[in-house]
Parts: sequence; structure tokens; C-alpha cells
Amino acid sequence: MKKLALAFAASVATMLSVSGAANAADKTKICFVYVGSKTDGGYSQAHDLGRQELQKHFGDKIETPFLENVPEGPDAERAIERLAREDCKLIFTTSFGFMDATIKVAKKFPKVKFEHATGFKTADNVGTYNSRFYEGRYIAGVIAAKMSKTGTAGYIASFPIPEVVMGINAFEQGAKSVNPNFKMKVIWVNTWFDPGKEADAAKALLDQGVDILTQHTDTTAPMQIAEQRGIKAFGQASDMIAAGPHAQLTSITDTWGVYYIKRTQALFDGKWKSEQSWDGLKDGILTMAPYTNMPDDVKKLAEETEAKIKSGEIHPFTGPLNKQDGTPWLKAGEKADDKTLLGMNFYVEGVDDKLPK
Amino acid sequence: MIVEAILLTVITASTPLVISALGELVTERAGVLNLGVEGMMIMGAVAAFAAAQMTGSPLTGMIAGIAAGAVFSLLFAFLTLTLVTNQVATGLALTILGLGLSGQIGESFVGQPGVRLPALNIPGLSDLPFVGPVLFHQDILFYLSIVLVIGVHWFLFKSRTGLMLRAIGDSPSSAHTLGLKVIRARYLAVMFGGACSGLAGAQLSLVYTPQWVENMSSGRGWIALALVVFGSWRPWRVLAGGYLFGAVTVGQLHAQAFGIGLPAQFLSALPYAATIVVLIAISHNRRTTLINTPASLGKPFVPDR
Repeated sequence: MKKLALAFAASVATMLSVSGAANAADKTKICFVYVGSKTDGGYSQAHDLGRQELQKHFGDKIETPFLENVPEGPDAERAIERLAREDCKLIFTTSFGFMDATIKVAKKFPKVKFEHATGFKTADNVGTYNSRFYEGRYIAGVIAAKMSKTGTAGYIASFPIPEVVMGINAFEQGAKSVNPNFKMKVIWVNTWFDPGKEADAAKALLDQGVDILTQHTDTTAPMQIAEQRGIKAFGQASDMIAAGPHAQLTSITDTWGVYYIKRTQALFDGKWKSEQSWDGLKDGILTMAPYTNMPDDVKKLAEETEAKIKSGEIHPFTGPLNKQDGTPWLKAGEKADDKTLLGMNFYVEGVDDKLPK
Repeated sequence: MIVEAILLTVITASTPLVISALGELVTERAGVLNLGVEGMMIMGAVAAFAAAQMTGSPLTGMIAGIAAGAVFSLLFAFLTLTLVTNQVATGLALTILGLGLSGQIGESFVGQPGVRLPALNIPGLSDLPFVGPVLFHQDILFYLSIVLVIGVHWFLFKSRTGLMLRAIGDSPSSAHTLGLKVIRARYLAVMFGGACSGLAGAQLSLVYTPQWVENMSSGRGWIALALVVFGSWRPWRVLAGGYLFGAVTVGQLHAQAFGIGLPAQFLSALPYAATIVVLIAISHNRRTTLINTPASLGKPFVPDR
């Protein structure tokens, strides 16, 4: 009898594993396109970590193929189309420059769903998603104003697009909330990715007397310079603590996984529809790396600020607020609307730099 | 002191340009145009980082960088000199291959803290005010770059072998008729170029920014190629060009931080604009340009047997 039961159990097990194999063939494909390499240490790596989290969450139910180092332009269209042909059900195109390519391919494949990061064009089967990075930059500004002895921070900026300008403004707003006279020196390096040039910019800023660095470029080079010179800095996109164990105050870390899980679940539930999503700290799409290398009172203030942003008590852009040239922008108590933020092409009052046009 | 600080940054930024440009200069003087500088540089960078990381010795890393560049350039030499493929196309392919291959090799090294090549401390001299930190407290690669300039200049213009190399670059068929081993000389010249680019790559991943990230050379190989033309194939002018480019690059960053009020895009374009202006000034005298340009540059040569 015992033997029979064992044989039965074994045959059931075999059947299960066979049906498991059958399932493997029709796993749902959720696909990704990256502009950089999945180990770039910054932006694309953050997306890939999100993908891995998604894979882990759904396990055997899904497959998550990805294409990395896809240049923006005609190649992007071919890459996205390839994924669509290979039966991907939902495709995340993770860079701003993939916008037109995504829209084009989406027209040809109406049954496939697309999500494009940081863009603004949508279609019935194309949604967009973005993260409120500026909330993190506000916190960084608060910390910088508390920590800086010279009252001046250095900001390594990439390109004068709304995303970056918004970040500089948010940092300034945070710093001003602590020290109204806080100064900022901005260097535009006109690249997202050039370790050498980013390091040069970091050195130039430090040589001119700033004692806190923050960056909106993708490599850990500025963090490394900060570590070497014994000053403090903020990381970007990924946790950069390895490059600056004594330098990093915190890092504005992209944690896309939450969003990828949410949207894949919506696809499974048949509830996916084109949306323009712009989540923030409270949704977990960006996370502050541990607050390190700072006294307890600053850490406490940073944590409180983070909590207040999550609860909505603080909005980094709340009136009364003037533009850099003194023209009024927000009335007392008024909060900036998303449309203005997404198209931001002006500095707020107090930023000590001339915005390249 | 701000001037001192700026100079230090300029030296670090210019050294890799000078080293790889000198290597390419010798290659081109032999009549071979290798557009794979960027690829060889990045291979040098990844090899240097990996070797330094695994052995803990930056000097081993440096040697690995040189070796990687030289070995990688051998591929180019074999294709263009033995199989007589098109030099321009092969050079471009070498760059693309190097960028991809280095990414594969370096994947596990991303994000790891690097090993820095330490600055030399010369007792007495390093403590001098101003000149001490600028001239006598540098890493070995800076001194090597200066030695290379002097060495290459001496070799090309003062030595008999250098004269032969230049003859090969100007007229390989005449040189061949005279019994010179054209292909062998060109192999060596290409490998010297590869070794220099590899060394420049090592400077990137051991000194400039001691870390490994894909594509970290970010176009410096192309700048080096331009510098060779800019310096009209003469070592001292290449050195001057490298430092001019580095100085304007770093200078414009300082100008921005200082709040000079000029548009950032204009400042970013300044190093390139300055290089072009000097290029025009130099090439103004057509005769000297013609004398210095290797006459058979980029043209394949097949010895008749």
C-alpha cells in the first residue's frame, strides 16, 4: 500500500513538472530597453534592478528579456520592434530619447502595451512614467545647508532640460528653507556620462571653495573626488556609498521595481490602460539611501523632511516664490502644478547661475 | 592657491591625450592610419583596472594596460598589413570592438573601488612652494609622458632608425627597394601606438578616475587622433596641443563655477574651437605642413616578392 502511494505521488510529481514545463513556454514576456549598459552604475542599472525585482516578484509566471546599450534614434525603433515581434506583452522603454520610436512601433503593434520613461507622448497602448526626483533633491538641499561650513554647494549639471533645472531649483528651495543666504555654484558639463570631465568639474568646484557636491550626471567620479578630498557629496540614481564611504550623505536612488510590479499586475488583471504616471517618495519609486556621515540632528531633520514630503505637508515648490529675475511665480500657499514643473525652463529666486538657453 | 589647483587638474586631464597622441604619431609617421585609438585606450583601461584590482598593485595594472593596448593593436596590424584590409574601416572596427569587448570583460568590475597609482614624493623637491606640488609631486605617468615626448622626438629626428621609419611613411616602395623591412617596421610602429594608447587607458582607470565604467574613455581617443594632425606630426607640438586642449577644458569649467556669465554651451565648445583656430594657424604655411605629413598615410603597401 505504501509503495502504491509512493508510486502515485511520484507520478503526480512527474505530471506536475511536465505541466510546469508546458507553462514555461507561455510565460508572459515583460520586456525592457536600456540606453546604457545594465551595469553602468547609475541610471540604466537602476532600471535593471527594477527588472530583477519584477522577475523575483512574479517568479515563473513571467520572463523579462532586455536589450541594453540601445542608442537613441533609428536603432531604437528596430530594437523595440524586435521585442514586439518576439511576443512581448508589455515593453518598458526606459530613456527619454526612445519617445518617438516607442510611439511609432506602438502604432504597428496595437495589441502590445508600451510604457515610456520620462516622456510626454502617449497613445491608447502607450503610457508614460516618471519619478519625482525633485523631492529627493529638496531633502539634499536641506542637508547641504545644514552641513556646509562655507554656505556654498557645487552642482554638476548635465543638460539644461526641465528635469535638471527642476532638480537645481528643488535643491535651492531645500537649502533656502534652512539658510536663506545659501549659495550654489553650477557647472554644466554637457554630458550625462564622462567620468573624466565630471571629475574635472568636481575639482573645479572644490578649488573654488564649495564644500558640498551634488551631481546630476551618471558616474561615481564626483563622489570619488569628494572622498579623496575629504568633503561631502550626494549620490545620484544608484547608491554610491562604495565610491564615497566617508563622503556620501545620501543618494537619491531610483527604485523602479515597485512601479514595474504594479503595472505588470495591472496587465494580468486586465486593468492596464494608458496613463501618465508621476510617482514620488510616498509611492516608493525613489528612495533616499541611508543618511550617513552626518550628525544626528541633521539626520533627524532629513528624516522629518522626508516624512513631511511623503505626507504632503511639504511641497518643494510652494509660494510665495519668485523666479530668479524677481518676477512673481507662485502666490503664498500656492503649489506648482505638474505641467509647469515638467516644462520648467527658469530658475527660482536665489539660484546663483545663468541658465543656458 | 587657485592657479596651482587649476594646473594640477589640467595635468591630469591632458596626460592621457598626450600619451595616446604620441603613440599614434609614431604609427602615422610609418604611414599607417589607425583610427582604433579609442578602442585600444579602453582596452588598456579595463586591463589596467582588472590587473590592479586583482593584484592590488597599480604598477602591475599599468603594465597590463600597456600589454593590452599592444596586443589589441596587433589585430589591427595583422588585418591591415598582412591581409591588406582598408585602414580606415579596420580602425573604426577596432574602436567598436574595443568598446564592446571591454564592456564584457569589465562587467564584474563595475562599481568596485579602484586602486590609485600614487603620486611620487621626491624628497626636497616635492615640498617646494608652487613648483613642488605641480612638477614634483605627480604620478609616474606624467613623467613618462614627458619622457615619451623627448624620446619620440629624438627617435624620429635624431636617430637613424627614426629616419628609416619616416622614409617608410613617406615612400614605402622606395624604402622597400633600399632593402628596408617595411612591413616589420609598420608592425612595430602600430604596436608602439597600441602600447601608448593602452598606457593612456591605464591613466584613466588608475589616476584620472580610479574606477571602471563602460565607455569611460568618452571620446578621448578621437581627441588624441585630432591632436596628431593639430601637432602636424611633431611631438612637441602634440604636447602643446594636448595641454592647450586640457587647459581650455578645465578653464571653462572654472569660468562657469566663477560665474563668468557666458553661455555654458559656448564654453563647452571652446576647447574644440580653440583647437580648430590653432590648427588653421599652423596649417597656414602649406610647405611645412607638407613636409611633416607622412606622404603615404593610410595607403596600403604590398611588397613585391
